[in-house]
Amino acid sequence: MRLNCDIKVNHLSRVEGHGNISITIRNGEVLEARWDVVETPRFFEAILVGKKWENAPYLCGRICGICSIGHTLASIRAVENAFGIEPSAQTAMLRLLLKHMETLQSHILHLYFLVAPDLLGTGSVLPLVGSHPEVVQRALRLKMLANDACDIIGGRRLHPTRTVVGGFTMLPEKSQLDLLRRRFVDEVDDLLRTADLFASLTLPDFVRETEFVSLQGDGSYPFIGGRLVSSDGVNRPEEEYLPMTNEYCVANSTSKWTRLSRDSFAVGALARLNNNFDLLHPQARQVAARFNLAPVNHNPFMNNIAQLVECVHVVLDGVSLIEQLLGMEWQAPRQEVVPRAGTGVAAVEVPRGILYHAYWFDEAGRITKADCVIPTTQNHANIHLDLQELARRYAALGKTDAEIELAAQMLVRAYDPCISCSVH
Amino acid sequence: MATPLSYLGVELSRPKVAFFELSSCEGCQLQLLNNEASLLDFLSLVEVVQFREAMTEKRDDYQIAFVEGSVTRSDQVARLVEIRQRAKVLVAFGSCACFGGVNQLKNRFADSDWVKREVYGSFPIDTDTVRPLRAVVPVDLEIYGCPVKKEDVERIVTDLVLGKTVCHPKYPVCMDCKANENICLFDLGEPCLGPITRGGCDAWCPNNRLGCWGCRGPAEVANVAELQRIMTEHGFSAETMLDRLECFGGFGAYTEELATMVRNERGGT
Repeated sequence: MRLNCDIKVNHLSRVEGHGNISITIRNGEVLEARWDVVETPRFFEAILVGKKWENAPYLCGRICGICSIGHTLASIRAVENAFGIEPSAQTAMLRLLLKHMETLQSHILHLYFLVAPDLLGTGSVLPLVGSHPEVVQRALRLKMLANDACDIIGGRRLHPTRTVVGGFTMLPEKSQLDLLRRRFVDEVDDLLRTADLFASLTLPDFVRETEFVSLQGDGSYPFIGGRLVSSDGVNRPEEEYLPMTNEYCVANSTSKWTRLSRDSFAVGALARLNNNFDLLHPQARQVAARFNLAPVNHNPFMNNIAQLVECVHVVLDGVSLIEQLLGMEWQAPRQEVVPRAGTGVAAVEVPRGILYHAYWFDEAGRITKADCVIPTTQNHANIHLDLQELARRYAALGKTDAEIELAAQMLVRAYDPCISCSVH
Repeated sequence: MATPLSYLGVELSRPKVAFFELSSCEGCQLQLLNNEASLLDFLSLVEVVQFREAMTEKRDDYQIAFVEGSVTRSDQVARLVEIRQRAKVLVAFGSCACFGGVNQLKNRFADSDWVKREVYGSFPIDTDTVRPLRAVVPVDLEIYGCPVKKEDVERIVTDLVLGKTVCHPKYPVCMDCKANENICLFDLGEPCLGPITRGGCDAWCPNNRLGCWGCRGPAEVANVAELQRIMTEHGFSAETMLDRLECFGGFGAYTEELATMVRNERGGT
């Protein structure tokens, strides 16, 4: 039994944004275990008020430097839903392919640059350049493929340029897509080697039951739009995002928290996988099986492995999307947009979980109200409660301060939090 | 070897650099990691001693500090002042740091309490007027862009290491765009701030048929009035012009008159 322990991590490293961990244990009792978000708010929802519809995707992509493509696509979908625009099959497929490549880029960045150093006993990826050059080179190959694909389809890897309401400003060359398809096929091997790497490392065995919220796939693993589902049995249409999220403010956090059927819920790769396992590509399911990852898995550290499984899925699904696109007669990149008064809600699965954008428009297409509910916002309460449980268990096991601190940091990192995004 | 040159007091050999972020999306820092092809070369050029988003190791003996983001809360002022004291060269990294960026759009609301209420309701939240770094501390170098262009960052860092004078293009985005033989966005029916925005981005957005939004601030001789005439001639409203001109905060002085015009156009809303 651990008697006394004081842990204070200010501005946790290897996560996006600013959050603090505090754990206090006295006489074996956890007096406090907190996850505090101290990030400055940027007030995007206020900034949008009075702006015309075409500003929304351009501004909202800038909520996040990692998932700017996801925010842009969610924003576009919210505008299109409000104006009654149905994207063409071509646009929908290109958007999904772009989304897949952001997922790959973000997951690889997280697994190799943010998570692997903990498992390999270093403070960052930098020492690995010397000690594990093949690991770093592999990470860079995978990330470069994903980013090159984002450039080709979205115009730019960060804050995309071609993605607009109604479609795209311009389309990639078919020859560029064909080359991408071949690179995808070649990179599957690097993903399997990534699985080898993680299979050789040990993730903490920690389970705390929670509720998992995600989109519900309809014939395919879900990414853009659809019904909202939870592992506790809640099922709602996309536009009913408010009763699905129930945001509220808490002291010591500039991000809001959310809840559904319990005190907290989780979103992200593990939530998607738990709720849609059978819709994963068979080869992705094989990778999951290698780690005994099957629904419903309640170990938050397995979110890392769920991300790896999704990497395999998006690359293989990317191959099939490109094959379909190459076999199609291509239409104009963009359809006409006619604004109208109304409300548009969009739910999109971005790397860290389900993201909602909702806008209210007047007749001229100006925004009168905006609401964005960010995946990490939805994870904060779950992270906080996980930290409390982790502190209790590790204290009972008599772990050292250093062991508790490392495990607590790894726990938060496993959620891949995007903190400035969650505060926005 | 010749005596090592220095620039702004920084020695040429592998300067120690640190990365910091105030209010931002952290995307400009990620642009460095996004440059996979030359990332390892870049890392051999500098010694990174602090980069919280990517590393736990942390030292304060940096010579060059790259600061991303704008100042939006009082605790950031103290942090920025401390960074300024330690660094020989302070670099404003990206448009949020240089101009306030998209964050400064909240400054356009006269009623700052409304801004807070709109997002947090009655929950108390601390926020100030959004400011660029240079409104708080002296800044040695500015790297523009939302996001910064990795080639631009590498060129500037290389210049710093080699002791070369760091120069920004004075010409507008139009020059880059013409050099790339793009069709003019106006001819494609798109609004564009290319004629008045500082070049050097290789016309990143116009290359992808997206008109420029002015993220790099004004070119040296920016004829805003003439661009407004061109926008009007092509059927774009003052509101469209204002949306772009005020987006990143780089055109501060030029936007006020236009903002008044738009308010009048829309009947004072």
